[in-house]
Formats: sequence, structure tokens, C-alpha cells
Amino acid sequence: VLCSLHGLPLPSSGYSFHDIANVQIYMYTPRLYLQTMVQEQILSWYYGVWTLRGSSGNIQIFSIHSFYSTFLLLKMAVHGPFVKIHPVVLASIADSYERRNEGASRVIGTLLGTIDKHSVEVTNCFSVPHNESEDEVAVDMEFAKNMYELHKKVSPSEVIIGWYATGYDITEHSVLIHEYYSREAQNPIHLTVDTALQSNRMNIRAYASAQMGVPGKTVGVMFTPLTVKYVYYDTERIGVDLLQRTRASPTRTNGLTSDLAQVASAAGRIQEMLNTVLSYIEDVLSGKVMADNSVGRFLMDLVNKVPKISVEDFESMLNSNINDLLMVTYLANLTQAQIALNEKLVVL
Amino acid sequence: VGARVGTAASVGSWPLVGVVLKIIKHYQEEGQGSEVVQGVLLGLVVDDRLEITNCFPFPQHTEDDADFDEVQYQMEMMRSLRHVNIDHLHVGWYQSTYYGSFVSRALLDSQFSYQHAIEESVVLIYDPLKTAQGSLCLKAYRLTPKLMEICKEKDFSPEGLKKANIGYEHMFEEVPIVIKNSHLMNVLMWELEEKSTMADKHELLSLSSSNHLEKSLQLLMDRVDEMSQEIVKYNSYCRNLSKQQQQKHQYLQRRQQENAQRQSRGEPPLPEEDISKMFKPPPPPPRMDTLLIAGQINNYCQNVKEFTSQNLGKLFMAQALQHPSS
Repeated sequence: VLCSLHGLPLPSSGYSFHDIANVQIYMYTPRLYLQTMVQEQILSWYYGVWTLRGSSGNIQIFSIHSFYSTFLLLKMAVHGPFVKIHPVVLASIADSYERRNEGASRVIGTLLGTIDKHSVEVTNCFSVPHNESEDEVAVDMEFAKNMYELHKKVSPSEVIIGWYATGYDITEHSVLIHEYYSREAQNPIHLTVDTALQSNRMNIRAYASAQMGVPGKTVGVMFTPLTVKYVYYDTERIGVDLLQRTRASPTRTNGLTSDLAQVASAAGRIQEMLNTVLSYIEDVLSGKVMADNSVGRFLMDLVNKVPKISVEDFESMLNSNINDLLMVTYLANLTQAQIALNEKLVVL
Repeated sequence: VGARVGTAASVGSWPLVGVVLKIIKHYQEEGQGSEVVQGVLLGLVVDDRLEITNCFPFPQHTEDDADFDEVQYQMEMMRSLRHVNIDHLHVGWYQSTYYGSFVSRALLDSQFSYQHAIEESVVLIYDPLKTAQGSLCLKAYRLTPKLMEICKEKDFSPEGLKKANIGYEHMFEEVPIVIKNSHLMNVLMWELEEKSTMADKHELLSLSSSNHLEKSLQLLMDRVDEMSQEIVKYNSYCRNLSKQQQQKHQYLQRRQQENAQRQSRGEPPLPEEDISKMFKPPPPPPRMDTLLIAGQINNYCQNVKEFTSQNLGKLFMAQALQHPSS
């Protein structure tokens, strides 16, 4: 699919076709200067490297200068749209950022995970020491190899799938590091975590690289954004729920609650949700809000979920369950008393 | 080891967010089935608390990995982590458990060796099945000082234990856990909250309990059986001991009688024989295992009681739903 933006004509030669899934075509030129305003962000140009930013990969280009008229329209990337990240990876990245050496402005490290047909799942990571200055960058590759070997012993199914860096930009050094990583894995993913909170948010982005340029002449690397999704195992999600609660406390700490308190708080949460739903219903009834049919269907489902059982049946079920539980409690208490007694008798 | 600030009970342990997530992930990926997964905790000791800042897992033991050197793995890991400024002080270890069955000789030995090296080390027990039921179940334990004494002496006979007056309740003490976040981590949490689209599943409120109860009770029964065997052993030992005492007594008396008779007849008395060699006392059974089993049974009972109390609450809630008018 070729298109022209804002009426700029397409040259009839000099195309490079990347057929990637159902992706559009990239056009290239080595000396393209793009000046665009995308939601008040300015795309910048480094010779040989293009960095592209947009909120979700859709870029609207308003004005273009070029020597060989070109323009870009891109949506999807090499792997297919998804990069699935586990929260443990992000926690490690934030942690290693906090422990960085004096003077280092960013931290890099390796990402480990599994590759699937449609997506890449990042499940682990470790940081790699590196030195970065204006002109050069040095990465301790021995270290990276060693760590990978060690990690492989524990989880043999994880492979290197890319690398991460903290910070907002993709710099020239990133290209070099990316090249190194493409020796270790095919199509490595580059993840950036904005720990300096440049735009008042911690932006987490993933990129894949694609070659671009005139073959034989100047080539460059383009980083194309990928969609990032967060996935959790069930137990992970429960852990993260608990950890979310630390946000509320002023000292950023949180103890682990005891049994009945947990049930109480879960019930409290459901009650809140019911309250929200009730207020919505009242709004609809009093005409303040338009009734939405799909919401109405969900509500019907909800109400029907409480099973209709005759009173006697329910009483008998409830009583038998309660009896079971009470019996088990009694047995447990009895056992405990027994072993306590035994203890005392032995000491006599 | 000099004077310590605060009593043992006030030593809290503060793991960081990342540690918790790593432990969960390790179990999830590698620990399916009833194998335990283990790993090492790293951190610092600050005043009277223990801050756990990182951890790394141990690979599973497989039969064909006989030449795998655990110590070497650990040293390599720690050296590498030092390069990236991660605290490399060994402050404890973690283990996953199956329905709460972790009180065993192996645990005791490992924990003893850790605690011997570093006073404040703990073992973090992570219960994945209980966590899957709704809320994170992570507990930290240390050996009580009394138990440390006993382990040092290696004196596990009944007299030794009696002297130290140890009950199964005094073996492990639980250390309160507080999870701490840094500000950056808080920001991360906010981001995740916004971006994650998982619906809230309420496993905590599910009413099905019989499966869990069955398994727990099964394990409890096994332990109680073991316990009763130990008790029988101990009882028979006591009986043998007392029988032996009686026999000794009788023998001595007979001897005396005979000697008296001989004297009255004017014959030389029989030589004094070494009684202790004739009546060797039976070896006392080691009491440590009994203690451990008792501790384990106690643990199971506690867990079962917690579980049933939660379920009773849930049942009453379900009742309230059925009778809206009452």
C-alpha cells in the first residue's frame, strides 16, 4: 500500500519493499530530513539512525523536506505487534537503575524470555555493566555471556531476546549495542524505560530494528515501535495486587494481612464495585445517563448469577458445609492439644 | 557477635518488591509438581532489621547433573552481581512449600548453617497454592536461640532436650515481613495499574474448599501416623529402660543374698562383676525428629484453622446473598 501524504509526489524509483506481515512500505533515503510535529514532539534525525516517536506508532507527518522526496508511513513491526512483559522485569530494571554507578546516566542490560509465533514474552532480565561517553560506548560482553550461562542453568527455556536501556531516547550508542545483540539473537527487541520521568510518566516502549537504506550504499537502522502488553501469571497478579497497596501508605511499606482481614477487604472491594454499578443504574433510571444495552445485558447476567435455590435446600447445603468446617477445626484443635500434652508428658 | 539491638521478636525483615516478584516467578516457571524450589536471598542488615534487596534462584537438582557444583554457581553469581552494585551479603534463603510442609531436618540444618554465619538470617517460605487462592502467603522464620544452642551441641537425646526445655513451639519463630517500595517503584506501580487490562479475579472469595481441605487433612494424617510411631518407639524405650533397671536391681539383690549366704557358710564372696557391662542401657531414641514432626503438625493445624475460618466467613456472606430480606 503506497500512499502520498499531503500531496507530495512519489518518485518512481528508489523504493525498498519490506513485506512484513500486513505492513506498509518503508521508503528511504540516506539524507532525509524530517521535521514534524507530532503531539508537540519533534522527530530528530541522526545520520544513519532514525528515531521515531509517537504515542502508539501512528505518526502523522505534516511537512517534509527531502532531497529525494520520501516519506514514511509505518505501523507494524517485524515480530508482529506484541511484546509481553512481566512485571518482574520492570521491577528489576527500576532496581538496577537505582543502583547505577556514579556518573552513569543510564543502565543497560539483557532481556531473556521466549519467542512465540506472534509475540515475544519477556520474563527475566539482568543488568550489564557498561561505560558510555560522548564518543564511545563499552559494554562488558564477557559478563553478559557469563550471566546468561548462569541463568540458563536455572531456566533452560529462556533465551536472549533483546536488551533494555533506561532513558527516553534512542541514541547512536544504542545502535551499536543493538548490533551486538543481534549477533546473539535474531531480531532483538530493544526496550526503553524512562526512569527519569521526562514527560511526567514512566514511558515503557519496545522497539525492533529494521534495516533501511540503499543497498550497497549508505544503510541505516530504523527502530520501529512495538506494542507493549503486560502479562501476569495468576500468582504474579495476586502479588502485584498486594504490592499496589504500598502506594497508599505514607512510608511506602506494607505488612501482610491475616486471614479474615483478607476476606473482609475482598468483600469491601466487591461492595465498592456494586456501589458504582448501583449509582450508574440510578442515573440511568432518572434519565441522567443514556441506557446502554450491552451494559444492561451484563447486569442481567450478574443478577442471574445468584442461583435460585429453594430455602430448605440452601439451608441444608449451608449447614452441611458449616458442619464440615467446624469438624475440621475441632480435629485440628484436638490434634494440637494432643501434641502439647505429649510434649509435657515426655518432659516429666 | 556483640550485643544486639532489640529482642529477637522485634527483628523484622523487609524484602523489596522485586524480590517477591522473582520468587513468585521462579516457582511458576520451574516448580510445577511437588518439587520445592530454592534460592538465595541477598541484602543488608540495618539496625535490628533485615533488608532483603535481591535474590537469585538455584537450579533444580537433576540426576544427570552430578558434577554440578552448587557452591561454584553461587560464587559466580555473587561475583557477577557485585559488578552491578547489587548487595552480595548472603542473608538467607527461600523455599517454596507444598501445603505448608516445610518443617524438616534438611531445613533445620540449612537454616542452622546460615544462622551460624549470620545472626539475622531468615528463611522465607513461599506457599504458592495458598497464594493462588487469593493473597500472597510469604512467611519468614528463624531458629530460636535455644534451638541454636542445641544444634551447636548436637545433643539430641531426651535429657539434653529436657535440660533446654524446648517445646515444638519454641523451635521456629516467625519474623514479621514488611514490604517496602522505593519511589521509583511506586511510579512503576502506577504505570502498571493504568496499562494492565486484566480483569479482577476474585479467587479469594471462591467457595470451593473441599479440595484443599482434603489434601491438608491427608498430610496431617500422615504426620500423625509418623508421630504415633515415634511415640511408640519412645514408650518402648522407656519401658525397656525401666525393665533393665529392675533387672539390675534384682541381680544386685541376688548377689548380696548369695554373698551373705556364702559368708555364713564361710566361703569367699563372689567377685564383684561389672554390672554396667552386663546391663548395657538401650540407646535412647533421638528426640529431634519427634520435635520436628510435632512442629509440622502444629503448622498444618494452624493452616487448616485459618482456612476454615476464612471459609466460614465466606459461607455466611453467601447466606446473606440468598436471604436479602432477612
